[in-house]
Amino acid sequence: MALLEFKNVNKMYNGETRALNDVNFSVNRGEFVSIIGASGAGKSTLLRSVNRLIDVDTGEILFDGKEITKLNKKDLRSVRTQVGMIFQHYNLVNRLSVLENVLHGRLGQKSVFSGAIGKYTEDEKQEAFEILKLLGLAEQAYKRCDELSGGQKQRVGIARAIMQRPKLILCDEPIASLDPSSAKVIMDHLKEINQKMQITCLVNLHQVDVAKNYSERIIGVNAGRIVYDGSPENLTRQEIHRIYGSKTGDLITDMEEK
Amino acid sequence: MQTKTLPCPISLQQDKKGRMKIAVKSKSSIAIRWTIISLIMLTILAFFTLERKEIEVGTAIVDTFHNFATAFFHPKLHYLTFGKMLYQLAVTFSLGALSTIIGALIAFFCSLLCAGNISNPKVATVVKAFVSFIRAVPTILWVLIFAVSAGVGSIAAVVGLTFHSISYLVKAYAESIEEIDNGTIEALKASGASYWQIVFQAILPSSMSLMLSWTFMRFEINFANAVAIGAAAGAGGIGYDLFMSGSFYFDLQETGYLTIVIVIAVILLEMISTKVKERIK
Amino acid sequence: MENQKDLFRKKRKNQTMILLVILALFFISSLLSNFNPVDGVKSVPKAVVWMASNLIPDAKAFQRLPKIAKQLSDTILLSVAVTVIAGIFAFGFSLYGSRTTRTNPTVSKCIRMVAAFFRNVPDVVWAMLFLFSFGQNMVTGFLALFFTTFGLLTRAFIETIDEVSSDCIETLEATGATFLQIVFQGIFPTSIEGIITWILYMIETNIRSSTLIGILTATGIGYQFDLYYKRLEFGSVGLVVILIVIVVVLIETISNQIRRAIL
Repeated sequence: MALLEFKNVNKMYNGETRALNDVNFSVNRGEFVSIIGASGAGKSTLLRSVNRLIDVDTGEILFDGKEITKLNKKDLRSVRTQVGMIFQHYNLVNRLSVLENVLHGRLGQKSVFSGAIGKYTEDEKQEAFEILKLLGLAEQAYKRCDELSGGQKQRVGIARAIMQRPKLILCDEPIASLDPSSAKVIMDHLKEINQKMQITCLVNLHQVDVAKNYSERIIGVNAGRIVYDGSPENLTRQEIHRIYGSKTGDLITDMEEK
Repeated sequence: MQTKTLPCPISLQQDKKGRMKIAVKSKSSIAIRWTIISLIMLTILAFFTLERKEIEVGTAIVDTFHNFATAFFHPKLHYLTFGKMLYQLAVTFSLGALSTIIGALIAFFCSLLCAGNISNPKVATVVKAFVSFIRAVPTILWVLIFAVSAGVGSIAAVVGLTFHSISYLVKAYAESIEEIDNGTIEALKASGASYWQIVFQAILPSSMSLMLSWTFMRFEINFANAVAIGAAAGAGGIGYDLFMSGSFYFDLQETGYLTIVIVIAVILLEMISTKVKERIK
Repeated sequence: MENQKDLFRKKRKNQTMILLVILALFFISSLLSNFNPVDGVKSVPKAVVWMASNLIPDAKAFQRLPKIAKQLSDTILLSVAVTVIAGIFAFGFSLYGSRTTRTNPTVSKCIRMVAAFFRNVPDVVWAMLFLFSFGQNMVTGFLALFFTTFGLLTRAFIETIDEVSSDCIETLEATGATFLQIVFQGIFPTSIEGIITWILYMIETNIRSSTLIGILTATGIGYQFDLYYKRLEFGSVGLVVILIVIVVVLIETISNQIRRAIL
């Protein structure tokens, strides 16, 4: 059964820009799916409509068999707890410690009060620490997040997402602000999480080669429309042209050949 | 970069009760905590010690609503004519303008003496100490002190207001000057430019817009302060009329009228200065 | 080349215009307010000499020290209390006013407008209005300072929150956290530095303002100053001024220390 399903989803900004244009696709449990496309093609809108950080105009979005576009606040929160998210700019609370940031992943599952004052159980703390160990950040547990490097910050972001014990992790350009070697570390971690923990991953990327290397399936978006949905092997140069528009396509394939 | 696969000997620290800590206290978080605690303690202390002469809070609040309704919905001039009121408003405006212009001029030269990147550190310390002394004395006290030797009137008002403008603007200007790229000044120095050439060719043009926006900000403050010293020191302008209507004639309607006029003037000033600031940028 | 020449000429013309406008403003203002710049300059050395010879605390002044100290501490406590309470209200309202945390654009607009109104009414004007119903006492001073402080802090906090917190709000929302949890786990920790800096700044400002308002409401150090001033007891006036300077400089130093420790 599909974990996530989009049916005829549409989204317009300001009544003129079409960010999503009749989007249909589904993601199966355990899959690692990349979404590629030029900037402004609607990748980010697509990802954010899954946990409704952005509300779509029409169409249905099914998560775990449940229609989510019309949920009330409380049900929406419970869906969100099952969906982790990783951001391009890490979005950590810089003043707080690494451990506190990881524990934020559990906020939605706690009572309002104990979450607000930051009171966590011993098990939760231990779990957060185990996750940090897994990502090689144990030594940083008490550091303030603004003392970390970009790659480390993104690993904290991943830890926070895992802390949610999610069924699905959304990654919005997770490596766009990182140098190549930290980017590789992050992508390796995502792949590992996907395979070992069986967490489904939906990743926005703008580097075609990275997408080809890591994903089981690639979705190409152009002007809010899905123009490619298939395996990385079948993603030909011609298809890339279609996704990026010819000019950008040339550029990227040129770079690939070098 | 290699991923570390070393066995990790680290474990979480525990607090006194044996619970795991989720953050270690840094110097800054301790400072924040103590600041908040002391501020709250002082506030509570204030509530217990500050003398409240017997007022019926309930009646006073009802009265307030009633008074505000009279003041704002039925404003009317009784003792002043409309023309006289406009003139007094213009006087207040003038006091604000004069003290801003004079203050800006003096502050500019002082700021040259205390901006970190172009000044002598010893001179800077002296100027800064002097400026913070001026700032420590409330404007109204300056006005009243000057009123003794110069007489109650515009001179005391302008000089008193200017004092604070200087201290405020010196700080602001000095910070604007410190933002200038050091390379610019160095380049001119290297080309053999004199001090005043550097000031007028590099410093003034590059920090002009920031300085002007600070000056306008100060003008708004000076206008409000001119109202205040008019009321509290009798230094003239619309503030004095406000004081007379409120505390001498006990005329709510006129007080309301003057309040509305002052608020409109303040809002207009803010709008104009926002416009000007946008254009400068 | 031609263009550049024009540009220079235009620039020079603009500068001359600005200078003329300022000069005109200066002379018109001098005329209107009856201000003579020459007398103004002359008054400064005269005043300094007067201050140096008259504002010297005498024995009588020191006998009054306990009373002056009490009034001064009242003024300080009032300023702190006003700022803290206005700050708490301002934080609550700024959450609904900030673009990143607001729940409803209309509410946010209303809060911004109310804050702008409160801030734009000078505190003296508030004091005059509250004098009618509360009379001459601390409560009037408290209310007068409260409204301006609330207006100023609300705007400042809205800007702080807008600036700092948008990213982490989105993130915490995505984890399914509630509004209250986001406020305490995301917004509060990220904006606390800005908030404390603003509160300290407002305490300093309010100490000066409350001196002035004290003259009108007959409370605190302002009243004590006015009393001695009107009785021409300049020795005591001098002591009051010196104590105010010491206190303000002290508070400035403390808040600078705190700021340094926080940032």
